[in-house]
Amino acid sequence: MVKRIVSGAHYGLRDWLIQRVTAVVMAVYSLFLIGFFFTQPLSFASWHGLFESLPVRLASLLFLFSVLIHAWVGMRDIFMDYIHPTVIRLTLHVVVILALIAYAAWAVQILWSVQ
Amino acid sequence: MRFSIYRYNPETDAKPTMQDYELDIEAEGKMLLDAILLLKEQDESLSVRRSCREGVCGSDGMNINGKNGLACVTPLKDLKQPIELRPLPGLPVIRDLIVDMSQFLKHYRSVKPYLINVDPEPEIERLQSPEDREQLDGLYECILCACCSTSCPSFWWNPDKFVGPAGLLQAYRFIADSRDQATNERLDDLEDPYRLFRCHSIMNCVEVCPKGLNPTRAIGKIKELLVKRTV
Repeated sequence: MVKRIVSGAHYGLRDWLIQRVTAVVMAVYSLFLIGFFFTQPLSFASWHGLFESLPVRLASLLFLFSVLIHAWVGMRDIFMDYIHPTVIRLTLHVVVILALIAYAAWAVQILWSVQ
Repeated sequence: MRFSIYRYNPETDAKPTMQDYELDIEAEGKMLLDAILLLKEQDESLSVRRSCREGVCGSDGMNINGKNGLACVTPLKDLKQPIELRPLPGLPVIRDLIVDMSQFLKHYRSVKPYLINVDPEPEIERLQSPEDREQLDGLYECILCACCSTSCPSFWWNPDKFVGPAGLLQAYRFIADSRDQATNERLDDLEDPYRLFRCHSIMNCVEVCPKGLNPTRAIGKIKELLVKRTV
C-alpha cells in the first residue's frame, strides 16, 4: 500500500453527539440509583422489588445500552489516538464490537431473569 | 539565576542533553527572553528563534518549566529555578530550542485561512456591521506561535491528521466571518474523525495560549454549527 496520509472520512459528528446523549442518560440513571440507595432500605427484598417493575427494567436496559454505545465511541477514540497500524486497529475494533454485543445479550438475559 | 536548557544538534549529537547555565541578572522587570539573549552572549552556540520580543511575532514559543509559552512575555521573576527550557513538544527539533513548524503550518494552510467570497469585488472594502466584526474577537488575534497545538495530546498522537487547536481556531475565524461564503465547504472539510473530532476538550490549548485565546470554545462552536446543519 502506498504511504499516504489519508483523512476526510466525513463522519464523527454523530458519534460525538451520541457520546454526549448517552452520558446524560447514564448520569440520570445513576442519580436515580443513588436516590434509591439513600431512600430505601438496603435489603434483598427492596432490590428485588425494584427490578421486578417493568419501567425500571427498561430504564436499566436503556442505561446499559448507553454504557455500551458510550464505551464503543470511547474505545474507538482510544484506538484512534494510540494504535496506528490499520490492521491491528481494525482487529481491535472488531473485538470490541463483538464483546459489547455479547455484553448486551448477557445484560438482557440477566435483567429479564428476575422473577 | 540558574537555567537548565535543552541542547540538541541532530546532525552531530546522538541524543539531546540538558545543559546548565548560570546568569547574573536582576530579574525584576525582565522577561525570560532577555535572559536567554544574555546566555547566548555567553554561549553563541545556543540556538533560539526570536524576532519582535514583545509577543506579536510568535517566534519564541518554547516549553518553560513544563508549560508552553512565549519567552518574550514571560516575566523572569515568576519562574522557579533552575528554569528548565525545552523546545515545543511534539515537533521535530532543528537545533536546541528551534523546532520545525512545517507540520503545524501545513494544518494551518489546510483550513484555507483566507476569505472565500465569489461576489464581484466591490470598489471599497467589504464592510461589516460592528456586531459582525465582534464575532471575530478572540479569533483574529492568534499569532500562530504553536504553543497551543504542541501542548495538545491529540496533536501529539496524530500530528499528521489532527488539525490542532491553532488551525481549528483559524478555521472558525473564517466560518464566523460574515464576509466569507464558504461556510458549508469549510464544515464539510472539518467533519472528520481526525481533522476535528480528535479534540477531546482537554483544554491545554486554553491554558497555554499567550494571547489568552480559547481554541476549545472555537472548536465547540464548529461542532455546534455541525449539529445545527445536521438536525
